[in-house]
Amino acid sequence: MIVADQFQPSTFVDAFRFIGDHGHLLLQKTGEHLELSLASLGIALVLALPLGLWLGHLRRGLFVALGVSSVGRALPSLVLIAFGLTVLGVGFWNNTAALTILAIPSILTNAYFGIAGVDRDVVEAARGMGLSERQILLRVELPLGLPLVLAGIRIATIFVLATATIAAIAGGGGLGEIIVNQASYGLEGVVGASFCVSALTLLAALLLGLVARAASPRHLSDT
Amino acid sequence: MNVLAGGPVIPNFGSGSSCEQTNGWWCTDWLSAHWGDTLQPALVQHVELSLIAVGIGFAFSLVLALAGYRFRLLDPPIGVVADFLYTIPSLALFQLLVPLTGLTVTTVEIALVSYTLLILYRNIVAGLSGVPADALEAARGMGFTRLQTFVRVELPLAVPAIVAGLRIAVVSTISIATVAAFVIPQGLGRPIFIALNQDLFKTEILAAGGLAIALALVADGLLVLAQRALTPWSRA
Repeated sequence: MIVADQFQPSTFVDAFRFIGDHGHLLLQKTGEHLELSLASLGIALVLALPLGLWLGHLRRGLFVALGVSSVGRALPSLVLIAFGLTVLGVGFWNNTAALTILAIPSILTNAYFGIAGVDRDVVEAARGMGLSERQILLRVELPLGLPLVLAGIRIATIFVLATATIAAIAGGGGLGEIIVNQASYGLEGVVGASFCVSALTLLAALLLGLVARAASPRHLSDT
Repeated sequence: MNVLAGGPVIPNFGSGSSCEQTNGWWCTDWLSAHWGDTLQPALVQHVELSLIAVGIGFAFSLVLALAGYRFRLLDPPIGVVADFLYTIPSLALFQLLVPLTGLTVTTVEIALVSYTLLILYRNIVAGLSGVPADALEAARGMGFTRLQTFVRVELPLAVPAIVAGLRIAVVSTISIATVAAFVIPQGLGRPIFIALNQDLFKTEILAAGGLAIALALVADGLLVLAQRALTPWSRA
């Protein structure tokens, strides 16, 4: 074990040299990282988004939305990955399952509160105009609740990208594989990969922030 | 992974109880034998790491929130910095601090505190901003000074939002503190790492993981009770 017990800021210089020298490796690991994260996010979206939107539309299941979010927050990602490892073994699906479970709460809860928070009068007006329940959800409630729904997806994305780093201990690959493997890559490799994964999450957060801004209704964003 | 191999407790699959040899899910004999030297110290360390982080984080956030609340111009930049810190993956942030502060508790606490800032700052500012103008007007009418208004009107009315923030901060800090075991041999992440290195010893993973979840839920429950005690009017 390489111990850095003293102040070694020069490691940062070495870390950037590592990034420069190992571009190919880092790109490959970033690819794995994205693959794992996007697969988990995709599954979580398919499972949680329709459920959250529909429960929000019915304005029922507040208990479910709150319960899922608080239990979800209390589940440490490391614990979930370790559980997944014991039950499902090493590999892609163990990590995908763990990350999916971690992504669901914020997507579900924000979808619920985004839709349930839409002004009731507006919904009643739409119903009075003869819109079907599906049309009300898709044409009235979803556009109005979109900022909150997207915020949930943004939080889930950041969370999944961050946790995919830890998934390396369960054979998930990705940039975390370099971070947890100091014996092979040295502290400069660990710090270099940490920079890369931080840049990745920041970029994702920024992009999704821009999407959320573009999607929010003009007249609401002005206030 | 091999970084944290070893340690005092190694489930002995060769000569342990039959439950240990078959890597059982719940080996009572192992748990009773190793509660004192493994799980209990890890739990105590975990509580310490989390309490220190939330305590310091709360103090910082309160000062920052007061600044952001009084001087509105400061609010966006503080929010952006807190948001930025919050986005960095915990494992990466721990490692990025290692060249500066080493494999120490300081490294872990700096990272944990950074993660509490966004949640606490946003909630305290939201709580203070949400105080009704009528209440402030009434306080002025009663001849309260600015300090009195703050301590006796604004702060109490902001308690629900502040506690809501504290709940999220405490629960997520307890969760992230398990990752601290990557840099220091402390907290409930430590037995999990050891078990992962010992042929995935299930009992230890389940027990340590269960303790982390239970700790988060208990802390959350305590904060709910604290809020009820602090805001007796909300029950009326």
